[in-house]
Amino acid sequence: MKRYLVKRIGYSLISLFLLSVIIFFFVRVTGDPAVLLVEPGASQADLDAIREQLGLDKSMGVQYVTFVTDLLRGDFGKSFYYRMPVLELYLSRLPNSLLLAACAMLFSLFIGIPSGILAAVRLGGWWDRVGKIFALLGQSLPSFWVGLMLILFFSVHLGWLPSSGSGTIWHVLMPAFALGWLFAAAHMRLTRSSMLEVLGSEYVKLARLKGLPEAMVIAKHAFKNALIPVLTLAGINLVIMVNTTVVVETVFAWPGVGRLLYEGIAFRDFPVVQATVVLCGAMIVTVNLIVDVLYAVIDPRIRYE
Amino acid sequence: MNGSRASALTLAWRLASFGPRGYPVVPIAIIAITALLALFADYIAPHNPEIGVLGERFKPPAWQAGGTETYLLGTDHLGRDVLSRLIFGARVSMIVGFFAVVVAGVIGTALGIISGYFGGWVDQVIMRITDTWLAFPALIFAIFLAAIVGPSLTNLVVILGAVFWTRYARVIRGEVLSLKERDFVRLAIVANCSKWTIMRRHILPNVINSAVVLASLQLGIVIIAEATLSFLGVGVPPPQPAWGLMLADGKKGMMAGYWWLTVLPGTCIMLMVLAANLLGDWLRVKLDPQLRQL
Amino acid sequence: MTAPLLQLRGLSTHYVSARGTRVVRAVDDVSLTLDAGETLGVVGESGSGKTTLALTILRLLPLAARVVSGQILFEGEDLLTKSPVEMRRIRGKRIAMILQDPMASLNPLFTVGDQVAEPIRVHDGTRRASAWNRARELLRAVKIPAAEARLRDYPHQLSGGMRQRIVGAIAISCEPRLLIADEPTTSLDVTIQAQYLKLLRELQRQYGLALIFITHNLGIVAKMCDQVAVMYAGRMIESGPVHQIFDAPAHPYTRALLESIPRMGDADQRLTAIEGQPPDLAAPPGGCAFHPRCPKMMDRCRTEEPPRFDVAAGQSARCWLAAPAGR
Repeated sequence: MKRYLVKRIGYSLISLFLLSVIIFFFVRVTGDPAVLLVEPGASQADLDAIREQLGLDKSMGVQYVTFVTDLLRGDFGKSFYYRMPVLELYLSRLPNSLLLAACAMLFSLFIGIPSGILAAVRLGGWWDRVGKIFALLGQSLPSFWVGLMLILFFSVHLGWLPSSGSGTIWHVLMPAFALGWLFAAAHMRLTRSSMLEVLGSEYVKLARLKGLPEAMVIAKHAFKNALIPVLTLAGINLVIMVNTTVVVETVFAWPGVGRLLYEGIAFRDFPVVQATVVLCGAMIVTVNLIVDVLYAVIDPRIRYE
Repeated sequence: MNGSRASALTLAWRLASFGPRGYPVVPIAIIAITALLALFADYIAPHNPEIGVLGERFKPPAWQAGGTETYLLGTDHLGRDVLSRLIFGARVSMIVGFFAVVVAGVIGTALGIISGYFGGWVDQVIMRITDTWLAFPALIFAIFLAAIVGPSLTNLVVILGAVFWTRYARVIRGEVLSLKERDFVRLAIVANCSKWTIMRRHILPNVINSAVVLASLQLGIVIIAEATLSFLGVGVPPPQPAWGLMLADGKKGMMAGYWWLTVLPGTCIMLMVLAANLLGDWLRVKLDPQLRQL
Repeated sequence: MTAPLLQLRGLSTHYVSARGTRVVRAVDDVSLTLDAGETLGVVGESGSGKTTLALTILRLLPLAARVVSGQILFEGEDLLTKSPVEMRRIRGKRIAMILQDPMASLNPLFTVGDQVAEPIRVHDGTRRASAWNRARELLRAVKIPAAEARLRDYPHQLSGGMRQRIVGAIAISCEPRLLIADEPTTSLDVTIQAQYLKLLRELQRQYGLALIFITHNLGIVAKMCDQVAVMYAGRMIESGPVHQIFDAPAHPYTRALLESIPRMGDADQRLTAIEGQPPDLAAPPGGCAFHPRCPKMMDRCRTEEPPRFDVAAGQSARCWLAAPAGR
């Protein structure tokens, strides 16, 4: 267990290190970072001041150390547009994104798990085929277009739901659907394959040999086992959702971190863009680590590896 | 089970995906038509896609009240012809999709072969980088890069290529590991061929099938990524006609009921991606049985 | 003598490929009789149809398999005419089965107690507390130490031999009349094997079970069984009382199997392996399926499939060598 933990934490640290190197490297290779970090329309004097502050005349090594120590101190710079520290801005938007992602996740599990089970239990039946088409559509429809079509139908045509903003349960319905759609397809496919594997296992055979009703075989013996990989994936997907809501939040003007990233791009507010990306990466690395550790706690075989 | 419903669905499914003789007729037709439109856009498109007539703004499609036959699919907020923009938009999607997939394929295949063939610390380093890259959402990464380098067609190709190479590297590396144990590679090593010759002459031809299958599977993902970047304003720079950009513009007219500005470009994206995915699935089964698990 | 407990009459189970082009005759025209309390050993190479035979009796065949003909008379009733619900009430209650792999046949997410008590609760409608009491007695019956504590353990906390005992406890939980054990000891090591076989024999005596013991190990058959049936390519090529068959096997395949058992103290006796490969069941050779490997092959073996001939009291064989004069 200890060795496993040390190894996993080591991997995570390497990932974080690589991430910081990549971001640092790209910003400096693709042009003059001072131009990115100075407010649009700034004077030459401002530019020089930024260069001085970032130490752009110093060696790359020194610059990198400054860059990382700033990040570690939580200093991501100041937003040009909002005139406040980027970290504060990010944290104020995060709860909205979490809420949206949680709703989208619930929706995707609500659709994905039962339909995946049905597809596996009635393998090759018409439900299985509908599921295949559904999965294919999930892969092929860009989520922002799904969002636009929802607005067109439910807001413009029917006038039932608000097209943008936040605050009530009605506001969250369409963004959650648009975001959860793609993940519902993924969860369905994983549930199906996981369920098929479990249904072919010896313990399901034994459950049938015991003379249990088929409903009990599926609901008790197969379902619980099949759920483990699905929930693991859902945990990781939740983080990916939080961080890929940028399009959906833009479409629905949902005030989360994705919308913040979009604003950063639109207003050429580079500190905001950089901070959102760095924090997104850090969050994913951390959650992957947590999932690995939880896995070890649940599965004794990993624990004693 | 409902037999007739199942068979009707089966039939529809077969027709849509694999056609009457097992060939993906419909997907190939969609891609071929799009390719032709993209190639001959200058001759086919009825209007200039970038310059509109301001007096003719927000004209609905010809079959709706207020539409004219001059603008078959209507006009946008600058009075530009939607049909022409869709046709030229096919060119952007095709170019970006094709070249980005090729760039990603070249980077990923090269790294995969090097990683698998050399092994040891080279392998360790490359695979660690691949894992980090893979854990990170590709879209966010692409947005970040695009925000730094600014929008242009070439930049888009390079960025998407730089973001989507990881899967090739993983899969190709695995194949190289097993190829290395095969007799013809061992013979080449015994015959004292140089490492680069072995990789080029003996390894590369044997992994190219998998690279092609992966490329076809990624085409749809890349097209969606391009549309997303353009939609967010970090992809194709306006006034070039890209489908994603058209959606971003069309969003503004949506509340006023100008549905054709969002429905039509989105349908084009969907058809294109659907066709690419179906073709990729078919190629996977046809060319490379080992990749069926992917 | 009363009516037999189980009687198979001309039973055939075939696997049909998705397009119906390949037919594998996994069980072909098998007939046998088993009395209450008796032990039958079913022997054969892997792929000879032993497991399919067991799953056919319990009607738990994979989707691709079909019972194409025959009868399964259990306590006088034909199981093939039972509805799914009636079959479910028979499984685990009147006929139980032990699977090969003790590591895989317990569900990792439920406690041992839950899994042992489950069939009792389902079949007898017993409440949880009394089903658990019964489960504790059952663990004691299969000689598991500290039964009380084990009930609350999860399968991964127990050794392979212990898990196999638990699978045994599950099998006898509803006091079935017939127990089918499908190579129950192959994945256990030798000392634990011996203990487990001893336990099975004790349980059989105690509960008056009839036992069908599927194995490829003739040594185990000699120790455990009253009757033996030898399967080859889906057909039962010889059957009869164990001592009779071991003394005077009628079929060359049975003889070959017996000669391939190593014997203690027989240093100079040569071990003979059976020449050739088992046949492809999708395209079996014509005539007698064993003829390409048979040392005593005659001309008619190539073309005519031998029927069942009675060799001695209770012993029969499907071989032209056993044919009475004039046939």
